[in-house]
Amino acid sequence: MTTPTFGREASPPIAEGRCLVKSFGRTPALNGASVAVPPGEILAVMGPSGSGKSTLLHCLAGIFTPDAGEVYFDGRRIDHLGETRRSEMRRRDFGFVFQFGQLVPELTVEDNIALPLLLARLPRRDAYAAARSWLPRLGLDGLGARRTGEVSGGEAQRVALARALVHHPKVVFADEPTGSLDSLTGEQVMELLVSITREEGTTVILVTHEARVAAYADRMVLVRDGHVTVADPPAAPSKPADGFTVGVGPQPASLGR
Amino acid sequence: MSVPLTLLGLLERESSYGYDLKRDYDTYFGWGRVLPFGQVYATLSRLARDGKVTAGQVEPGAGPDRKRYAITESGARELEGWLKTPIEPEPHLQTLLSTKVVLSLMLGRSARTYLDTQRAAHLERMRQLTELRRTAGPVEALLADHGLFHLEADMRWIDLTEARLASIAKAIHNQEETQP
Repeated sequence: MTTPTFGREASPPIAEGRCLVKSFGRTPALNGASVAVPPGEILAVMGPSGSGKSTLLHCLAGIFTPDAGEVYFDGRRIDHLGETRRSEMRRRDFGFVFQFGQLVPELTVEDNIALPLLLARLPRRDAYAAARSWLPRLGLDGLGARRTGEVSGGEAQRVALARALVHHPKVVFADEPTGSLDSLTGEQVMELLVSITREEGTTVILVTHEARVAAYADRMVLVRDGHVTVADPPAAPSKPADGFTVGVGPQPASLGR
Repeated sequence: MSVPLTLLGLLERESSYGYDLKRDYDTYFGWGRVLPFGQVYATLSRLARDGKVTAGQVEPGAGPDRKRYAITESGARELEGWLKTPIEPEPHLQTLLSTKVVLSLMLGRSARTYLDTQRAAHLERMRQLTELRRTAGPVEALLADHGLFHLEADMRWIDLTEARLASIAKAIHNQEETQP
């Protein structure tokens, strides 16, 4: 078992949320959630539906403003920034992959991939050259001129990956990126996401409710009732299938909650 | 035990020597463990005794064993039957997992803490298997995939059980109260 050597302890976090609180109307979504993500880490954020895991991702990405608490990106506090500066930061430093690719169906594969670069006012020729250079890496050769409305679900999600990565973001936020795909196609997408972001050293914050998807990550945190639980694996990792050496611990805790 | 039947399968492919059978077994079916020579020869002689294989004459040459084994018709029938029969879809862990949850609740300990620890252990194993299938060839990935799906099923069970802990605890305590 090889562990990536990104210096998990040493580096200050690239993305961090401290004591985040966020409600939608009277529905609380986050209730004091804290998480810190070292650069280069692939972090899985798990939790049941409605636990607040997507809200946490949206806060870290500067899409939602928390009601209380602090959000940091690369050492700078970002939750107080105005919307203009935040959207500029999102375009430049972040990449996004959602469950449904959210591509523009009338545009071609190349157009969609080039979009973040065009929005960043890169010259058209450079933007399209960069977009085309991503096609082979994602197994999309020959599909550049197709409309994204005409490609398969797995291809569309790979286009979404390319679009999220084309401007070499520091952090990729992925919210259920395989949610709409069958397991084989989902695995291809995860394999590409993991191998490319490892090569590029990109940090990934991956929201998923599927353990198989989370198993691609370096680490997992669990969001439960708006809090973040860090579930470290037991010190002497056991094969759950044979030993059950994992103890419950001696504390006479109360039932459930 | 699937060793005798797996050896029969290798012999159906072609008649072979004990040493070669062991080597092929380790390559394709060892899944990280090697089959001891002693077990190969013991198994082969039992199969010969039962008429599933025939052992040829000792052939001249170097090496520990120069007997060529071949599958018989009866051996082939048994192999065929075994291959067609589904494995009992038995749950591997659920009684153990359930026992721990029920006992935890019964003893007033935190079943949720146990489930968290179990979830972390499962996910760690899933991470290992995912890494294995990413780096290994498609044949080695077979077992890793199977393990992943089983562990995933356990994970779903862990999530669901956690959501139901309160009602499970209530049911257990009600049961205890109604018993003398």
